Amino acid sequence: MPGLDADVIDALVGITPGSPLDAIRARRPQARAQAQATYQALFAPTEPGNVSAQERFAVGAFVCGLHGDTAIAASYADGLAKSGASAALKEAVEAATAEARAHGPYGRYPAGPLSREDDVRPSYRAGAAVHGMLGPRLAAAFEHAHMLVFHPRDATQAALQALLDAGWSTTDIVTLSQIVAFLSFQVRAVAGLRALAGRP
Amino acid sequence: MSDTVLKSPERTAPTVFTRAQLDWLPWLEPLAVEAMTERHLASLVDAARVKSPYFRLLARDPDALEARTHTDKDIFYNPDAGLPRAERELAATATSRFNGCLYCASVHARHAATYSRRETDVDRLLDAGVSADLGERWNAIVAASVALAATPSAFGPEHVERLRRAGLDDLAISDVIHAAAFFNWANRLMLSLGQPAATAGP
Repeated sequence: MPGLDADVIDALVGITPGSPLDAIRARRPQARAQAQATYQALFAPTEPGNVSAQERFAVGAFVCGLHGDTAIAASYADGLAKSGASAALKEAVEAATAEARAHGPYGRYPAGPLSREDDVRPSYRAGAAVHGMLGPRLAAAFEHAHMLVFHPRDATQAALQALLDAGWSTTDIVTLSQIVAFLSFQVRAVAGLRALAGRP
Repeated sequence: MSDTVLKSPERTAPTVFTRAQLDWLPWLEPLAVEAMTERHLASLVDAARVKSPYFRLLARDPDALEARTHTDKDIFYNPDAGLPRAERELAATATSRFNGCLYCASVHARHAATYSRRETDVDRLLDAGVSADLGERWNAIVAASVALAATPSAFGPEHVERLRRAGLDDLAISDVIHAAAFFNWANRLMLSLGQPAATAGP
């Protein structure tokens, strides 16, 4: 995994100084620097609050794994290992990823003309073994992250209540939501730039 | 402490994609204006955003919000060549239509229509969905955005080639990628932290 100071998107795409994509990214310097600043805010925060580094990287590895991008998922799994996670937690993230894979986006619309586009599929609930290994707080985060990754239009107030019940504060939920949503961006920026570089 | 889910007021929720102005109602408590520190206020970047419950909710993690806002602005507003603003907004609208974010789609459909003056085509995208025929250049941008929005992503060299054939250079293609990727971020926040509502009467 690149160090926290190296540009993560550049590293994951394989953008080297002086390359054509380096020049293209340089034309949008704030987008480049501030995507990196977001990564740092979410994965090396100066004020981590109640969300631990292990929780941040566990969610990160899970979310990237759900996107099917093994290289990016491995970089977050590496971050998880460096945060001092137990072997059991790393194993739990892998088991959760294996049991939670799906294809998105799916979900329901508000009842009305768009109901004909409804694609109703289940929400992820961590299996007993995974739930036991993750513990209730992280299991709730993974269940929520799965909804955000694959079927965000199924979001409800009840999903937020489930996080509150599992010990996530309002501010923690904002951070968790930003982690999942940001990675939904980062994974796609990397996938898109790889294709543009002719390196799918 | 304000750690409860907020009840939605009795307001009409939109049931179709629209270019009309919508409100967004938070499901979690935004920071109260009077409780915001200098750091919270600075994270809004634009002082006027203090009126927005969405941004006051995201300001609970100010470093993430501030960096996200600067990323957003450069992807959409940077005027240095690349993809015209109208088509950056088209990519945002197509992504929002595909993911099902009525609120995001409304805002960016308005921008796409304003900058392109192609209201009929924008409405066709909203009404018929991402398979609407909008002419090859717009079709290529919509198809690329949709492929990128799929999870796992279905974006590949064929989308790059189609965009090149439609006349986009590599900076413009990078702009399509960033605008579409960014709305996978925005849609997930807007969809999961609150809901759209018809604007309150005057």
